[in-house]
Amino acid sequence: MEIPKEEYLLKGSTACAGCSASLSLRYVLKAAGPDSVLVIPASCASVIPGMYPHTAVNIPVYNVAFAAAASCASGMSAAFRALGKKTNVIVYAGDGGTLDIGIQSLSGAFERGTDFLYICYDNEEYGNTGMQRSGATPLGARTTTTPAGKTEEKKDIGAIIAAHNPPYMATACSAFPQDLFKKVTKALSFRGPTFIHVLSPCPTGWHYPPAKTVEVGRLAIKTGMWLLYEREYGKVAISGPTKTAMKNPAPLEEFLGLQKRFAGIDEKTVGVLKQRIAEKIKKLAQEESGVCG
Amino acid sequence: MRIVATGNRAVAEAVRQAAPAVIAAYPITPQTTIVEQIAEFVTHGELTSRYIPVESEHSAMAACIGAEATGARTFTATSSHGLLYMHEMTNWAAGARLPIVMANVNRAIGPGWNIWADHTDSIQERDTGWLQVYASTVQEAYDTTLMAFRIAEHNDVLLPVMVNLDGFLLSHDMQPLETVEPGDFIPPLHLPHAIDTAHPVAYGPLTGPEQYFRFRHDIEQSMRDAVKVIAKTQVEFTRRFGRKYGFTDDYRCEDADVIVIAMGTLGKEAEVAVDALRNEGIKAGSMRLRWFRPFPELDLKGRDVVVIDRDYSFGFGGVLARSVMAATKADIFSVIAGLGGQEVTYDDIAGFVKNRRIGDELWFKVNNSA
Repeated sequence: MEIPKEEYLLKGSTACAGCSASLSLRYVLKAAGPDSVLVIPASCASVIPGMYPHTAVNIPVYNVAFAAAASCASGMSAAFRALGKKTNVIVYAGDGGTLDIGIQSLSGAFERGTDFLYICYDNEEYGNTGMQRSGATPLGARTTTTPAGKTEEKKDIGAIIAAHNPPYMATACSAFPQDLFKKVTKALSFRGPTFIHVLSPCPTGWHYPPAKTVEVGRLAIKTGMWLLYEREYGKVAISGPTKTAMKNPAPLEEFLGLQKRFAGIDEKTVGVLKQRIAEKIKKLAQEESGVCG
Repeated sequence: MRIVATGNRAVAEAVRQAAPAVIAAYPITPQTTIVEQIAEFVTHGELTSRYIPVESEHSAMAACIGAEATGARTFTATSSHGLLYMHEMTNWAAGARLPIVMANVNRAIGPGWNIWADHTDSIQERDTGWLQVYASTVQEAYDTTLMAFRIAEHNDVLLPVMVNLDGFLLSHDMQPLETVEPGDFIPPLHLPHAIDTAHPVAYGPLTGPEQYFRFRHDIEQSMRDAVKVIAKTQVEFTRRFGRKYGFTDDYRCEDADVIVIAMGTLGKEAEVAVDALRNEGIKAGSMRLRWFRPFPELDLKGRDVVVIDRDYSFGFGGVLARSVMAATKADIFSVIAGLGGQEVTYDDIAGFVKNRRIGDELWFKVNNSA
């Protein structure tokens, strides 16, 4: 696998230091190439390209309202196909724009078989507005609207997307850019709606030093807190880093301990998180082997 | 070709001839027969548009935005709550300078649920940057929809156009319709800022306080330029197809002492009232407002003016009445009538004129001393 040298995320980005949504975007763009349009709803990704009259993204970026990314992309894809163009239409949305306010248009676009790739970079919070809780925030995490830690669990958007039977969906993590590159390339080879859910650690909201953004991402995989897999026409294939982690998961405390958002989390909550990891690993392994749970 | 058609059928027919590349729509009473007819056209190959049956009106407008941004012609239709639900995106469409054409079948807003004619829906879109025009007959709905594409897509405009027609009174009423062959009256769309991956730019990025207002001013500049484009388009329409349209449709106004101003079907009803009043020796005229945005110049000097609003701005007054007052300094009698399909006959309108109290406001059948 050769990752192109061309850069489409240029200098001048106004992202935070250590922003892994930017790191992911860099590899998404390399995989997509120049005949692509990025549709971005309100999110950190609407900040990353910088301020008018400049832009740090060297493909067309279409900014659109918070709830409207998937529906905007629906129209764009239909118009490009009507004009006989194969241009990739790629949504790059945060977890709030995907799991919460944008879920209706997302579901509609998938149900209609829209020919596009929807990427959710998931920093598990409303980052752009100052780290408020979202449906993607994990149990126990402190945000500015859950100062005592979130009391609900993370919404399983993967299961919701899977229920739409897309030809291809995958998870990825910014700490594994080659895996992400490969999955974006693959997703764009399908016709119809495809989905990639990218865990994107956020030093500003998760409260860890910016230099540790890759380390935190790796630990998310090593502990099983985030599972990497692909689902092609319903068939699950667990990705390498998660396969390795499943054999001998690192203690969850290694992941939690690096981030101040989990400072003060109680033993019981950690226990629930560990139990969910064990359940998810078991379910994923069963799905891969074709055994019903 | 001469047929008998409903207002909704007339709009669908004009859309078929304008042949948008993408149509995205969500059903709502009383708009439904427009999108059903369009779906029929697409299914039977009479229209080659990509028809996107979206899951909401918010998505209908968002899909039109995404499609039009590529340089493709688009159309949608809605009504009432559907229009309000897409309000965020109607603002976006105008701000992004996308010449989307939309038919809005005017209908009341709940609660209580009411599917009948009312202008409260479109009036709430007043400040979005959309051009707004109100039809009063099936023929006018058809002709105006054809003109809407040419006006919206004109290089000096590049703003979306909303064609309004009263729910049921016009959307479902059958009248004669003379269709035309538009030919190059609607030239191909050349969107100067269409997405081009060979020349990548950012659309709608972060824009600071030192730049943002420039884009807002550009919208107003184009709104003003639209006045000329509308005038030229209506003249060109007459030259090609014979029928005459203005910013207002003036009926027996020349020597009138009192002028009735209304929009949509009420404005047509007012013409019958004018004839009845003239038979009684009252020199009345009707100035039916077709274009609400851009708001036209009106010459009302020396006349009494009766404005009928099928809408209301709570805590202020009838929106059309207040707009006419602000634009002309005219002294008016403001009548609020026809809300939620309330029946208003030409006799009622003649009564408003005869019993007018300049400077006052009347809610028809509420404080009905008129």
